[in-house]
Amino acid sequence: MKLGRVVATVVSTINAPIYDNRRLLLCDLLDDSCRRTGGYTIAIDKVDAGAGEVVLIIDEGNSARQLLDAPDAPVRAVVVGIVDELVTDGRVVISGSETR
Amino acid sequence: MQLARVIGTVVATVHYEGLDGIKFLIVQPVNRHLAPKGEPVVAADGVAMAGPGELVYVVASREASLALPEKFVPVDHAIVGIVDAVEPLEEGME
Repeated sequence: MKLGRVVATVVSTINAPIYDNRRLLLCDLLDDSCRRTGGYTIAIDKVDAGAGEVVLIIDEGNSARQLLDAPDAPVRAVVVGIVDELVTDGRVVISGSETR
Repeated sequence: MQLARVIGTVVATVHYEGLDGIKFLIVQPVNRHLAPKGEPVVAADGVAMAGPGELVYVVASREASLALPEKFVPVDHAIVGIVDAVEPLEEGME
């Protein structure tokens, strides 16, 4: 899984059926200190993540298809968690008390 | 999934049999500010409606063939949506 920060939503009307009525989030990818790596991914939102939140993204097709219950769907990235706390090498990057 | 801009079309009369009727487009991957990033690739059009100039989103690897009617064909990128808008969310964008 990867860490990302929600920066935008992607809106489309013409798309593969699996994307109908689903929220697509454009997320900057982050390293273990929450710095942007320069990459991004577009992921289906399963957790109602909001603007600026640090999220967990699964970027692997089989897992994505399983959790969307769609064995043949052309989908790969799904937002599956909102990060409350992040500690790297004993250093608190995101403190549990400051979110939500 | 990544954003890309359609920049051209590809026609291949001789092709793998499972690819009959599939449209191929040249797409230029873009970063989230929609500036070109990396090399253009040939992508199968999974929505059958994309055309040059349009902003699309693309899946790569195994997932690409799942966007097509025949589920096990040799493609490595496929267009799965045509982007109407990328709407910045207030806090995250800078």
